[in-house]
Amino acid sequence: MAMPWSFRRADDTPVRAEARYPVLVVVALVLLALIVVVFLFADWLAPYDYRAQALLKRLRPPVFLGGTTDHLLGTDELGRDVLSRLIYAIRFSVLVALGGTLIGALIGTALGFIAAHFRGFVEEAIMMLADVQASLPFMMIALALIAMFGGGFMLFIAIMGFYGWEVFARLTRGVVIAANTQGYAAAVVALGAPARHVYLRHILPNILSVLIVQFTLNFPQVILLETSLSFLGLGIRPPLTSLGQMLGAGRAYLTTAWWIAILPGMAIFLTTMSISIIGDWVRDRLDPTLQSR
Amino acid sequence: MMPGRHFLVKLARGLLTVWLIVTLTFVALNLSGDPIDALVGDQASPELIAHYREKFGLDRPLWQQYVSYIAGIAQGDFGLSLSDQRPAVELIAGALPHTLRLGLTAFVLGLILGVGFGIVAALNRNRPVDRLVMSFAVLGFSLPNFFLGILLILLFSLHWRLLPSSGDATALHLILPAVTLGTHFAGTFARFTRSAMLEVLNKQYVVAARAKGVPSLRRVLWHALPNAAIPIITIIGLKLGDLVAGSIIVETVFAVPGVGRLLVNAVTSRDFALVQAILIMVSVTMILANLAVDAIYTLIDPRMRAARSEN
Repeated sequence: MAMPWSFRRADDTPVRAEARYPVLVVVALVLLALIVVVFLFADWLAPYDYRAQALLKRLRPPVFLGGTTDHLLGTDELGRDVLSRLIYAIRFSVLVALGGTLIGALIGTALGFIAAHFRGFVEEAIMMLADVQASLPFMMIALALIAMFGGGFMLFIAIMGFYGWEVFARLTRGVVIAANTQGYAAAVVALGAPARHVYLRHILPNILSVLIVQFTLNFPQVILLETSLSFLGLGIRPPLTSLGQMLGAGRAYLTTAWWIAILPGMAIFLTTMSISIIGDWVRDRLDPTLQSR
Repeated sequence: MMPGRHFLVKLARGLLTVWLIVTLTFVALNLSGDPIDALVGDQASPELIAHYREKFGLDRPLWQQYVSYIAGIAQGDFGLSLSDQRPAVELIAGALPHTLRLGLTAFVLGLILGVGFGIVAALNRNRPVDRLVMSFAVLGFSLPNFFLGILLILLFSLHWRLLPSSGDATALHLILPAVTLGTHFAGTFARFTRSAMLEVLNKQYVVAARAKGVPSLRRVLWHALPNAAIPIITIIGLKLGDLVAGSIIVETVFAVPGVGRLLVNAVTSRDFALVQAILIMVSVTMILANLAVDAIYTLIDPRMRAARSEN
């Protein structure tokens, strides 16, 4: 895929360090590491409780706009510390996205194995469901499910788990059907191993790398989905917070305190951007058939 | 007529998909609990609940409800909006023009900008212009549209006071939402146009046209672009879903009274009749749009026609 950092020509054969680690990729890796640190150590990093209100200290500006150092990124409309909220919002958003992507990957992979194992009617039914899901924008499906089942935190993660299962199901089904015809699978079956053994011990390790690549593709999508829904007030709801929830709630204070909305917005943008930059870079490097054009 | 048969198969699959979505919606609705509870609240008298049950037909056996549900949908009757007491179809019909105006404007804007920049980038391959255009393209499709919308409001409506930020009363109102929605498409189209054009520009017929002395603008637009169109059209088909999802957000950000905002309000008030009506309408639209994209392929690419009549 054509990306701005891949403009080396085919005749630049001597690989320089700069070509291996373009500046943009390094920046993205640093940002990603920062997100991981914030996700893991939110409790230690946040200077205040993200729910603690202080009505006398409402809408204080961040330090770079003349605020004080007690609230580095200012306070919101209820006097809550924006930096602490941002730190927890990153944790909740990443948690939902990880959970959702993982559930989708597990369901999809399992259904792919089932489809490839039973073939016939079961396979037709599973693949038909996959087609239905692929024919609609997932946002619609998520909104319909939220309308029907409401919006608890665990339920919301479960709904996010519906995202992208169909891609995992198609991938797995294809690879398993191909693997079943190969010598090593037939040999293990001939030795008397049950099908489960062949799938878990022999085929799954073989297709794991494909599934992991798909995971990194789905993850930023689920972050965008979660932040969009939370932004609309239909995803993660107060008293919990997420990057989208902060942005949506801060929207009402754009004239007086723009940082409440813009800071979480920047965080969403930088997160999804770094993950896709790293993902593209890894795929470019792993796949020698992709010529950089 | 083999291409006709191919089209019929696609149409049948589309109808099957719609039926599945309708049925899954019905099943999910019945799993999710009693909509009457959500409507009247837990303080309601048993008589009131019974009245509403009869009114919405919830007192009949499940299979009868299913049959009349399907029959109603086939006639375009999606029932009454639970919160508004008006037919869901009426509410959607009122909101649809707003959505279409915004969606079409944004789509055309994205297509023109994206294809234009994609061609410019391809012609200046690996030069600074190319890098600049492609960096903007990456930025364009990585910026979440709700964030871009808020940035634009902050700058153009609140800071510089140039453009209105809510509603769609005039063409001036349409600028910010259309730019917000269109930027994502411009980014995607620019990327794909660039790579499709690069593929074609080195082909022999383009070189031949050059050798023949065809002027470069005509060579690019007349000889190269039509042949690069197939991947671009594929992307148009794939991106329609993003257009639907994007307009849900953008209409909410800019207070455009379209179908997207109607849907968000319906989900917030848990108005099932309206939500399912919009869901089914969107799925029918998506399937029709994909059929149209498929038909366009056959029209513009003679090779596809040939390949299909051979099968």
